[in-house]
Amino acid sequence: MQSAIEKFKTNYRLQRRIIVVLFTIVPVALLLVFSYLPLVKMIQYSFTDWDGISANSHFVGLQNYKTVLTNPQYIQVFKVSLYYFAVAILQLALAMLLAVVLSYKVKFPNLWKGLVFFPYLVNGVAIGFIFLYFYKQNGTLDTILNFFHLDSWIKLWLGNRSTNNWAIAMTSLWRYTGYNFLLFFGAIQSVDPEIYEAADMDGANKWQQFRYIMFPAIREIFLVNVILSVSGCLSAFDTPYIMTNGANGTSTFVIQTINTAFKFNKLGLASAMAIVLLIIIIIVTVIQRLATREKD
Amino acid sequence: MNQNENRREKEIAAQAVDEIPVNKHKHYTAGQIFWKVLKYAFLILVSLCTLIPIVVVVLGSFKTQAEFLHGNVFALPKSWSFENYKTAFIDGGMLEGFRNTGFILIVSMLGKIFFGAMFAYAVNRFDFKLKKPIMTLFLLAMLIPAIASQVATFQIINGMGLFDTIWSVILLNLGTDAMSIYIFLQYLREIPYSLDEAALLEGATYFQIFRKVIMPLLKAPIVTIIIISGVGIYNDFYNPLLYMPDDSLKVISTALYAFKGPYGTNWPVILAGVIIVMLPILILFLTCQKYIYNGVSGAVK
Repeated sequence: MQSAIEKFKTNYRLQRRIIVVLFTIVPVALLLVFSYLPLVKMIQYSFTDWDGISANSHFVGLQNYKTVLTNPQYIQVFKVSLYYFAVAILQLALAMLLAVVLSYKVKFPNLWKGLVFFPYLVNGVAIGFIFLYFYKQNGTLDTILNFFHLDSWIKLWLGNRSTNNWAIAMTSLWRYTGYNFLLFFGAIQSVDPEIYEAADMDGANKWQQFRYIMFPAIREIFLVNVILSVSGCLSAFDTPYIMTNGANGTSTFVIQTINTAFKFNKLGLASAMAIVLLIIIIIVTVIQRLATREKD
Repeated sequence: MNQNENRREKEIAAQAVDEIPVNKHKHYTAGQIFWKVLKYAFLILVSLCTLIPIVVVVLGSFKTQAEFLHGNVFALPKSWSFENYKTAFIDGGMLEGFRNTGFILIVSMLGKIFFGAMFAYAVNRFDFKLKKPIMTLFLLAMLIPAIASQVATFQIINGMGLFDTIWSVILLNLGTDAMSIYIFLQYLREIPYSLDEAALLEGATYFQIFRKVIMPLLKAPIVTIIIISGVGIYNDFYNPLLYMPDDSLKVISTALYAFKGPYGTNWPVILAGVIIVMLPILILFLTCQKYIYNGVSGAVK
């Protein structure tokens, strides 16, 4: 026995083999079971009319995909994403502006940075309530408008179909600008400060510095931000779910998918929706990868 | 919260004054002054937009129902009583929520660190046949939006008999986590192999090297992972919502969400609940800002 242990201690090839198997098996198993098995199953379900409960289901071919892509009720959710896209553009612009402003010398830099970033860390359910309170009748927004004598602008922000999607999408601006800001800020900081000093000496103005030094540095992270925003917009879930539960035309793609699967027991159809979303996100990501690679 | 922020502000201000070289004699041109004013006006406006929605929640959380119904949202509460907080915490079941969230946090975190570090060590230090395909699988998995595949994941969890148990969420936290592996890998690359070799010469086994040489050097990534995925797990809403509907299993997010029903019209209690949920994160943020910034921006690369 003693000698067996001694042998093991010096048999490094055996040790290596044991470590490779022992140390990787759990993460790989988890990855396969929780990332790839669902994918395979989803593809499988998407060609059936399974309700998620009963023992049998029928093969329906591409019927589910046809429903997702042609039935107005299901296309509607793509339109809702457009509100989130519109807000995302504003969000990226604001984040970039903040990153640029805070990259120059400014008083209390940590205070501004912290205030911009903190909302990103706040619990989604809390954000939902914060903005329910913000938009409710006689809530924060109405009170502010009253203060500026803009009473005539007041609406039922979340009840009115012309404003509810804007109102909910704007909460993403509050929540995620800080995240985009941080990525931009990091990219700008990675530029050697001496380059700016040199540019200063050569008489380049602030705009030229931005255009020729800062912007090239953040171009790549800009694409990353765009991708994150697109997939974020498409998978928007918690704020609309908490604020309106998807009622009144505010249902997003994910709310619709979850409801189709678990409320209406159309698991086959829901799987097709999820696959469509996945394909869109993969396409967008591949485009981003290609665009960044082209530069190198 | 206000007090905390004030204190923080003063600290930062004190630091800033130390850092900025004083040049009182410099004269600013009109243009420079204009830009300066514009810059601070912009920053103040953005800060107000961040703060106002939260400040009104703080004010509202201290009001009585009557005060709330008849007053303006910006009006100060008559007395700073913690009655609503007590109601939210005890009757609202947030105590239970914190207990469940705490349990999920600790177990998931231990799992992430334990499995993540071991996996990263094996991948970084040894060569084996399936290494490339496995790493590709991890990379590709990050493309799959977890929320989209819930439809099928639900069937798997259910098939394992884990539906409505706390293990469902813990397992999902471990199963869909490629980020901590990448963070560990990033740091492992920086640890020179000569350290391993020196230990090997002294007759250490690979297991001993991992435990006594590598692990102690991974403190920084461990802290990053604890903070970043800790915030994620603390804020997780849809996993607990979907997989643990049982009342006794509610976590902090679902406990707060449950306020929508019984307290639907009792805004002061809901607002107190919101503040209770935000407070731990605020404290974490004020104490570990640097780690959070580094971790969040590092996770993308």
